[in-house]
Amino acid sequence: MDELERIFDDLRALVEDPSFPAVRRWLAQNPGGKVVGSFQVFFPEEIAHAAGMLPLKIAGAGGTIQVRQADARIAAFVCSIVRSSLELALSGRLDFLSVMVIPNICDAARNACGVWVRSFPHMRVETLYHPHNAASAHAVDYLTGEYRRIGRILEEVGGRPITDEALRASIALFNENRRLLREVYRIKRETPWLLSAVESYLLVRSAGLMPREEHNALLRRVLELLPQRPVKKQDRIRVVFEGGFCEQPALDMLAVIQNACYIVDDDLMIGLRWITEDVPLEGDPWRNLADSYLNRSSYSPVQRDPRKPKAEMLLRRIRESGAEAAIVAAAKMCEPGLEEQVHYARALEAAGIPHLVMEFEESMTVFEQVGMEVETFAESLLFQFA
Amino acid sequence: MGTSAEEILGATRREGKRLMDLWWQEMTEAAQTGRPTAYVFAMGSMAELLRTFDFVLNFPEITSLQIAVRGQSQAYIQTAEDYGFSPDVCGYVKADVGLQLRQGEHPYGKVPRPSLVVTSNVCNTYIKWSEIWEHLYGCPVFVVDLPGWRGRDSADLDGETFHNDARYVLGQLQELIGLCEQVTGKRFDVDRFREHLAEANRMAELYHAVCETNRHVPAPFNAVVEGVTYQGIAHLYRGSPEGSRYFQQVLREMQERIRLGMAAVPDERFRLVLVGTTCYSHFRRFVELFASWGGVFVHSTYMVFAGGGFVPGFAYDLSRPLESFAERMVTAAYWGYTGSMFYQQDWLDDVVRRWHVDGICFHGVKSCRTVSTGLPDVREWMRVQRNVPGLFIQSDLVDPRLWSDAQVKNRVDAFFEALAAHKAARR
Repeated sequence: MDELERIFDDLRALVEDPSFPAVRRWLAQNPGGKVVGSFQVFFPEEIAHAAGMLPLKIAGAGGTIQVRQADARIAAFVCSIVRSSLELALSGRLDFLSVMVIPNICDAARNACGVWVRSFPHMRVETLYHPHNAASAHAVDYLTGEYRRIGRILEEVGGRPITDEALRASIALFNENRRLLREVYRIKRETPWLLSAVESYLLVRSAGLMPREEHNALLRRVLELLPQRPVKKQDRIRVVFEGGFCEQPALDMLAVIQNACYIVDDDLMIGLRWITEDVPLEGDPWRNLADSYLNRSSYSPVQRDPRKPKAEMLLRRIRESGAEAAIVAAAKMCEPGLEEQVHYARALEAAGIPHLVMEFEESMTVFEQVGMEVETFAESLLFQFA
Repeated sequence: MGTSAEEILGATRREGKRLMDLWWQEMTEAAQTGRPTAYVFAMGSMAELLRTFDFVLNFPEITSLQIAVRGQSQAYIQTAEDYGFSPDVCGYVKADVGLQLRQGEHPYGKVPRPSLVVTSNVCNTYIKWSEIWEHLYGCPVFVVDLPGWRGRDSADLDGETFHNDARYVLGQLQELIGLCEQVTGKRFDVDRFREHLAEANRMAELYHAVCETNRHVPAPFNAVVEGVTYQGIAHLYRGSPEGSRYFQQVLREMQERIRLGMAAVPDERFRLVLVGTTCYSHFRRFVELFASWGGVFVHSTYMVFAGGGFVPGFAYDLSRPLESFAERMVTAAYWGYTGSMFYQQDWLDDVVRRWHVDGICFHGVKSCRTVSTGLPDVREWMRVQRNVPGLFIQSDLVDPRLWSDAQVKNRVDAFFEALAAHKAARR
């Protein structure tokens, strides 16, 4: 097995292991260290890092555990990721968490915060209100205050002040991570045969599961190895996958799609790539983080920003990645995703861009139907483009 | 005012109907004349501010609800699903999309097109709903972002979190005023605004007094039956003299009912709270299932989070109207909206005690995550921590396909049998 294959195998094992082995390793190396969990979509992990804590992205359990206890606490018609994330905690797999932050992305997540508060009285559970009026001239000031509030909580729990210097150093570390991930996506767009959709996904998802210092080193090594990969370009259609901003499709679902298409861009784990440029290091680092969230950032159905009409943003993503078509997915029971899907489909239709609409659930285990739909879609396009 | 039971019961009902008809008349005329119309939502409607600009206010939750009460929601919902909306999307949204795709033709009149949409994030679906109108009509959409309850950080109304939030909301209101001036061509008149705030203060005080009358045993009104009308009028007429007058009349009627020993449900046996909303496509049936056991709803979370955003004990400071308005928005978002929906155990605890409640009905609404996601957990919390029995049933707001009469009846009947035993054991 070559080095790249080994790396991707290890990453798959990490992503699919609900015992969070990288976190446990970090705790073994940092006795008494504190872990800050955050739910989708975006959390400014730099703040936790600057407090000497390990930020951990909680993005559901995929199909790796059975949801039992959480179903007794959350209504059955709620998306799978909210339930499986709670199940991770109720089953003791997140016992190492000192703080859990759940941003106000949707009604289910906001309710989930209340459930966590009632379920884990000894854990500090916080909701984080990111602005839904992102274009307001007052949003940056407000969000700076909100980030400082979260910072105060982490200082209290961690027992260590967050200095501006420490926060700037953390921002620099995360800027490097964002730069490396942008490079991963450049490769996806320009030479998608060098990096499969599953592999690129593993590279992104693992960022939230291990210390960023380690992740940066890993990305640097992968980026060094990729150009030497002995693979040839194939005749496949180039698609954008949209709809993975919160609940994540199973890896096998991505594998089925990549068998028929090159996924040249996507919104999978968009929160880990939310800020699209470097966060400035000069000036007030709290404000710089807030300003970057609002003004140097991507888009998703759970953020309202009139400057970023989502259907237009999707068309731009398609144009800039040179895609020929789109797969517009939505997680089952995800209201923001399902509502946006209607707008996306209509905009794509108006622009004459072929697209496939589908629903998924993180715990799906059967993919024949998806495979058949995607293959039929891809073949019809190959025929049409020929 | 008469004193016979029929006269007393009829007066408020008749006035409520008259005010509702007037609203529909205004909407229908606006659809014909093009008078500026603002689409707003129950939670965070900003009615006092928008009234200053003479907007006709359309409340799409109310129009959707009325379609369901008239028994026509399935056809409207089907239209929206044919357009592309999933069965899992909010029933209110789909009933409204059906209404819009039928050019506003409603069983009660005609809904005008929006000149402006003002929403908040109190229900995140509001934002997605507004974006549908934005796509359909290209109208301006303004989201007033109201940060909600954040645990102990929100508890201190002199604290940094509250001031940060209030500054943010005030800034947004100033931006909204600029947009209203653009849309209507009118200048903001702070004195008119102040008058609307004064009326809202009067109405809020009366609204709370009406809710308090239901602490009486037996309860003079049913928080689900009459409560829905009270909420409707509280929204449509908040900040207007008609609204204050109406609640004065309701309060008088409730006091009179108490004096005469009249009960909302004859032979009241069980006092209940409804958590969430009822099912409007089966509204009468829903209430009947409980009333047939002598069960009366003495309060509901709906009367709080959808009750006009009134915060008990809060009155606008008329000497600093806009600042005070922003502060009320924030406190309503803390206590009224997120406090009664996502962290509702404290509110329930208080109501159970003060309204002498025997049991709680949690109605899970399949297409509404805002009111439903954590209900099973709260039910368990109240059972374990406070020894208050709870019933969990499930259907929808307006989608009749999700109502299963036999299943709901079975669960309600079983609940009352258990409740009777529980009540006897506590004596």
